[in-house]
Amino acid sequence: MTQNAEHVLDHFELFRGPEYQQMLANKKALFENPHDPVEVERIREWAKTPEYREKNFAREALTVNPAKACQPLGAVFVAVGFEGTLPFVHGSQGCVAYYRSHLSRHFKEPSSCVSSSMTEDAAVFGGLNNMIDGLANTYNMYKPKMIAVSTTCMAEVIGDDLNAFIKTSKEKGSVPAEFDVPFAHTPAFVGSHVTGYDNALKGILEHFWDGKAGTAPKLERKENGKVNFIGGFDGYTVGNIREIKRIFELMGIEYTILADNSDVFDTPTDGEFRMYDGGTTLEDAANAIHAKATISMQQYCTEKTLPFIAGHGHEVAAFNHPVGVSATDDFLMTLSRITGKPIAKALEQERGRLVDAMADSSAHIHGKKFAIYGDPDLCYGLAAFLLELGAEPTHVLSTNGNKAWAEKMDALFASSPFGKNCHAYPGKDLWHMRSLLFTEPVDFLIGNTYGKYLERDTGTPLIRIGFPVFDRHHHHRYPVWGYQGGMNVLVKILDKIFDEIDKNTNVPAKTDYSFDIIR
Amino acid sequence: MSLATTESVAEIKARNKQLIDEVLKVYPEKTAKRRAKHLNVHEAGKSDCGVKSNLKSIPGVMTIRGCAYAGSKGVVWGPIKDMIHISHGPVGCGQYSWAARRNYYIGTTGIDTFVTMQFTSDFQEKDIVFGGDKKLAKIIDEIQELFPLNHGITIQSECPIGLIGDDIEAVSKVKSKEYDGKTIVPVRCEGFRGVSQSLGHHIANDAVRDWIFDKVSPEAKPTFEATPYDVAIIGDYNIGGDAWSSRILLEEMGLRVIAQWSGDGSLAELEATPKAKLNVLHCYRSMNYISRHMEEKFGIPWCEYNFFGPSKIAESLRKIASFFDDKIKEGAERVIAKYQPLMDAVIAKYRPRLEGKTVMLFVGGLRPRHVIGAYEDLGMEVVGTGYEFGHNDDYQRTAQHYVKDGTLIYDDVTGYEFERFVEKIQPDLVGSGIKEKYVFQKMGVPFRQMHSWDYSGPYHGYDGFAIFARDMDMAINSPIWKKTKAPWKDAPRPSLMAAE
Repeated sequence: MTQNAEHVLDHFELFRGPEYQQMLANKKALFENPHDPVEVERIREWAKTPEYREKNFAREALTVNPAKACQPLGAVFVAVGFEGTLPFVHGSQGCVAYYRSHLSRHFKEPSSCVSSSMTEDAAVFGGLNNMIDGLANTYNMYKPKMIAVSTTCMAEVIGDDLNAFIKTSKEKGSVPAEFDVPFAHTPAFVGSHVTGYDNALKGILEHFWDGKAGTAPKLERKENGKVNFIGGFDGYTVGNIREIKRIFELMGIEYTILADNSDVFDTPTDGEFRMYDGGTTLEDAANAIHAKATISMQQYCTEKTLPFIAGHGHEVAAFNHPVGVSATDDFLMTLSRITGKPIAKALEQERGRLVDAMADSSAHIHGKKFAIYGDPDLCYGLAAFLLELGAEPTHVLSTNGNKAWAEKMDALFASSPFGKNCHAYPGKDLWHMRSLLFTEPVDFLIGNTYGKYLERDTGTPLIRIGFPVFDRHHHHRYPVWGYQGGMNVLVKILDKIFDEIDKNTNVPAKTDYSFDIIR
Repeated sequence: MSLATTESVAEIKARNKQLIDEVLKVYPEKTAKRRAKHLNVHEAGKSDCGVKSNLKSIPGVMTIRGCAYAGSKGVVWGPIKDMIHISHGPVGCGQYSWAARRNYYIGTTGIDTFVTMQFTSDFQEKDIVFGGDKKLAKIIDEIQELFPLNHGITIQSECPIGLIGDDIEAVSKVKSKEYDGKTIVPVRCEGFRGVSQSLGHHIANDAVRDWIFDKVSPEAKPTFEATPYDVAIIGDYNIGGDAWSSRILLEEMGLRVIAQWSGDGSLAELEATPKAKLNVLHCYRSMNYISRHMEEKFGIPWCEYNFFGPSKIAESLRKIASFFDDKIKEGAERVIAKYQPLMDAVIAKYRPRLEGKTVMLFVGGLRPRHVIGAYEDLGMEVVGTGYEFGHNDDYQRTAQHYVKDGTLIYDDVTGYEFERFVEKIQPDLVGSGIKEKYVFQKMGVPFRQMHSWDYSGPYHGYDGFAIFARDMDMAINSPIWKKTKAPWKDAPRPSLMAAE
């Protein structure tokens, strides 16, 4: 196979040609000091065994292929959900390059964020000057309505005080005194991106509600009957938030979405780059204090924010990334109870359609075993959905899940006969998952893009649900919440199941008697 | 669509100068003064591009740069496939850079090869407070137990390591001794060091010198018989297979490649490199340090080359061959002749579709200059370029060998500047990174990622040029760019007929 101008060969074809194969074999044999292939094969097999699993689970210090990121990513995700807001991360600049790349690779969208570009001198003297100059530059160049500050671990280790720094910057005229600069300390060595989401959102609400760091009177709550909605860190934020708005509108509920980044991560290609688009207006963010209640779709993304809001007199309710019939029922009934509005007829019909679809397809999912990994709330939501489909979420693993999460998962398993042999694995990584898949195989794996390595190694088919999804496009545009979202998840799972059956029955004259046209 | 083709050089220069003045207006005075030094219009005949470089980025401006960790773990060390690279510190750095650079390799991942894995010490608050050295020691033990076929370990420091005073060198030495002289390399590439990725490259190069070269016993038996034609490829990260489509040409001309740095590279190859007769250096920026060191210490000459596009490839093959005897020189001619029909066919197919199109680049490493020849082979013109983390020697090479009179030069460009430049110049193509891609596509400007080859590649070598040409064509001539404006917006409003 050689390169050809008529039919240009890509990397996946080009290097399979004999001249390249020969070249690579020579390289290995002569120069790479390779291990004996027999030894490689022996270790490869050993790494599949229960013995290896035991050693693997005995790890105390090493993390291999974790499924979590660090706090500031969550802070950036929150910040861009406010009108005209530019996230400003105080610390090393490389971190910001990473957050922007990470978000762009998932959403296939621009991701705007600035850094205070601290270097060695700032490590010694602190980053105050970087903050002073940085805020001034950001304000002048990008004309934001708000700059939301968070921190990298560098700034946290040296102990920079954001409150004092921002105050000083304003005194030095970096931004006008009344310009909104909420902040949150988001150390990367505590929690994960969901913690960062929580801290950043709390920081912004605190700013608006509790007197803008002592520069304005605290707001007096005058209840207005509205409902605040918090989505949490969510790779499906574009599809999900739009679906939630539709549901609220169907029910005639007055609402405020907090940190609404559904537009900024889905801007049109029409000749104009929108650094800012949509988002919760600053006025709405402030007035959100007057709401009757606040709903969080993800408990573990709002562990500090919700109590803070409850402390301001709101009724609060937290869900765990609800997916499917019962979880959506709970969500809607809670909404209905809080607002006194009946659940819309149209939603009742959608519910019926989801139940209909599940009944139609249940035979293909019933009794199938699944492994799931991801953020703690997403894991819970997906496991609950699988249980109501009669499937078994055998291994549920969350690198950023804690003991309390595992207990909650156990309670969920105990609530269903299909949860009998299911286990939750808090704080574990995807190398643990690899051992689980080898020693206790399941039929399907649900996780983010990195699950493809587990699919390759263990042969467990991967259904991509989670964050990040880098190697499939546009899934974030489709909701997984609401009955319609449940339908999307159902179809995604079914498509994989049918693809696998077809793949396993397509050898002519051998297995293709089962290559059925109707399934 | 481009304005450049219809303007004289003098007009272009005037326009570009005016553009620079315009963008500087947005900055506070102090910042404008600093940024002004990084922006210029190239004057033919000058020895460099007339910009300052390798200086600190300005806070708050949205620099595109990364950090020293990215330069060491992400670029230099990460692709060494049979070693395990620990991202030492909190979880994020390793997570965001996990398998993101497309350094292709052959090997059984997780067993004898580890490139696309994320090993991290996942620092918690207690590690910051009490130090992480004990944890690091334990991590090395656990790696030895679970990944027994690894050939070595590197410790890639993240920001906190240098701030909390951990002694990773001591841990490395102790553990190396404990495991019979195992190669364990501590790398001080904390992200706050230096001003960009660039210092990370340098630190990583130095770590190879101090912890690999200096540890190889002079009496160690070579694993292969030396030949007079042994060369090492330095500074090719095998993105999308670039080093492979380069290696094949060197081998076809009669040379033997004994090492690849660092794409698809191995510890044994690093160790064997001082046996090379010539180091051929693609990415000067990231690996000139180790090339100079090998020249000084082992007397190995090095030679920069450029494998983008047939003109530069032929020039480079001849330059490399000039270090060898006639057999190799003839080999170079044979290789050039062999691929000529393919190149003719590629150019015949794509040049008519790309002739006269203009390009603006902003990339890292060698690409802001190296790819210019490949575009020119396709009849395209680079009208603006700049380096994310270049030094003055990069701008010298650019000025002396690559850019045309009047080219707009922007060092460490900010998001704001780049948008304004592209908006005003309206090139037919922008080549930059993932953070820039969607910004320009929203503006309706065709774009190719020139770090990851937009998940395509290889772009190096003759085989790679065919892919490069096709990719540029499909970016620029995609029918989608005609659809960015809704037709009812373009249409002139029909004038109302007067009522009778």
